[in-house]
Amino acid sequence: MSIKRKACIAGAFEHPTRKAPDKTVAQLHAECARGALADAGLRLEDVDGYFCAGDAPGLGANSMADYLGLRLRHVDTTDTGGSAHLVHVSHAAQAIAMGKCDVALITLAGRPRSEGASGVAPRMVGPGTPDLAWEAHYAPVTVNMYALAAARHMYQYGTTSEQLAWIKVAAAAHAQYNPDAMLREPVKVEDVLASPMISDPLRRLDCCVVSDGGGALVVVRPEIARSLKRPVVNVLGAGEAIKGQLNGQVDLTWSGAAWSGPRAFEEAGVKPSDVQYVSIYDSFTITVLMQLEDLGFCEKGKGGRFVADGNLISGVGKLPFNTDGGGLCNNHPANRGGITKVIEAVRQLRGEAHSKVQVPNCNLALAQGTGGLLGSRHGSATLIMERA
Amino acid sequence: MTTTYQDRPLGKAVHDPSSEQFFAATASGSLRIKACVSCRKLHWYPRALCPYCLGDTEWREVSGRGEIYSVSVTRRPGPTPYAIAYVRLDEGITMLTNIVDCDLDSLHIGQRVRVVFKPAEDGTMIPMFAPEPA
Repeated sequence: MSIKRKACIAGAFEHPTRKAPDKTVAQLHAECARGALADAGLRLEDVDGYFCAGDAPGLGANSMADYLGLRLRHVDTTDTGGSAHLVHVSHAAQAIAMGKCDVALITLAGRPRSEGASGVAPRMVGPGTPDLAWEAHYAPVTVNMYALAAARHMYQYGTTSEQLAWIKVAAAAHAQYNPDAMLREPVKVEDVLASPMISDPLRRLDCCVVSDGGGALVVVRPEIARSLKRPVVNVLGAGEAIKGQLNGQVDLTWSGAAWSGPRAFEEAGVKPSDVQYVSIYDSFTITVLMQLEDLGFCEKGKGGRFVADGNLISGVGKLPFNTDGGGLCNNHPANRGGITKVIEAVRQLRGEAHSKVQVPNCNLALAQGTGGLLGSRHGSATLIMERA
Repeated sequence: MTTTYQDRPLGKAVHDPSSEQFFAATASGSLRIKACVSCRKLHWYPRALCPYCLGDTEWREVSGRGEIYSVSVTRRPGPTPYAIAYVRLDEGITMLTNIVDCDLDSLHIGQRVRVVFKPAEDGTMIPMFAPEPA
């Protein structure tokens, strides 16, 4: 049993807002739903499956299905942090393959920018979180829990700040063509190195933006996709994993992508060298480097050399990535960047990315997410898609 | 560059059934970790049930010595920079912690450290680590 070609991504929508103090989170979810259904050419009453994660307000699916007026026969609220919406695509494909729904709607939205969120503030976790008693007083924050992985990678493999900076340079090279991107100025390696140190070795320009906004996807049965006017994007394979501290055998040199990636490649029946475009979760530059290695795009420890010299820039390097500008420049709605990774991959497969960054004849794309904290516990999701 | 360690407010410790005995031990200068009574394996952070086999667990005192596995000095937003780190204890278990009582800029991976205890707001003694004298 596999999800290969059992479901298609028929609708994709990225909310254009990057700051929305005048809108509720529920409204943003609904605007994303409207956008994705319009993109697919489907109506609200066609939706019979709904997927959302912890960014959904209130009691998640209960609140949002009621707000949206949905009548559902399948619901899934899997939450693996920012990678959750990649998992949702896989779970939607599974549900469709099992006949549990025909049209699955996935929404994400949030307003962390309007609400003053920051990567250097303590993360809000509920009472009863089991690691709290053992870690909270050491002030783990988002950025330093990625910095610890970066520091170890540098120590073990000789990775440099200049190499990490190339990841930001590539994202910015793409973002200049995205009118909705928060940061549209091209940057040089020297600019990244000159930005203030936040938590060694990560500087400000190694970090993603904090933005309001959202996105939505519509996943459907293949027969439905073929009846619509949009190019057909097949789901080929997916993998998911949670990596934590390994019971105290902490190893920061690899991410959960080392588990989720091979599962996705096996299901899809393709290998890394077949992939023409990648969306790679870019909460920080180190996140990208680690996932590229773990997915097998280069050897473990050689990610620094792989990303250098523009190798991730569309039209310049061998592996075009995040052609919307990614989380580093474009958008990181609700502090969860998984859904925008899928959306840009869909644009590439449809041939609808900006002409300056479109990969010619893009038939095979991969989206990868790491949600949570690279340095302690995170959910990894890998999704492989093709143009039918 | 030199960034001298300064104390920062640690907030209140989280006291719950999982941490009570641990903090009773730190009050008398002892660092304990958990071992499984069934499979004998050590783990961190401490659980009531072993994360290898779900067996019952018991406390075991450790040396409090180890080396830095990774370290990052968090400088912003301030006002007080601090060094967050993973320390691998000589017993083979790696724990999240802070490195204190030193020039934070001199810290490096592989450096030998030993446990020290710093008071939280409620007086609970929190284990941290300081470089071993050269």
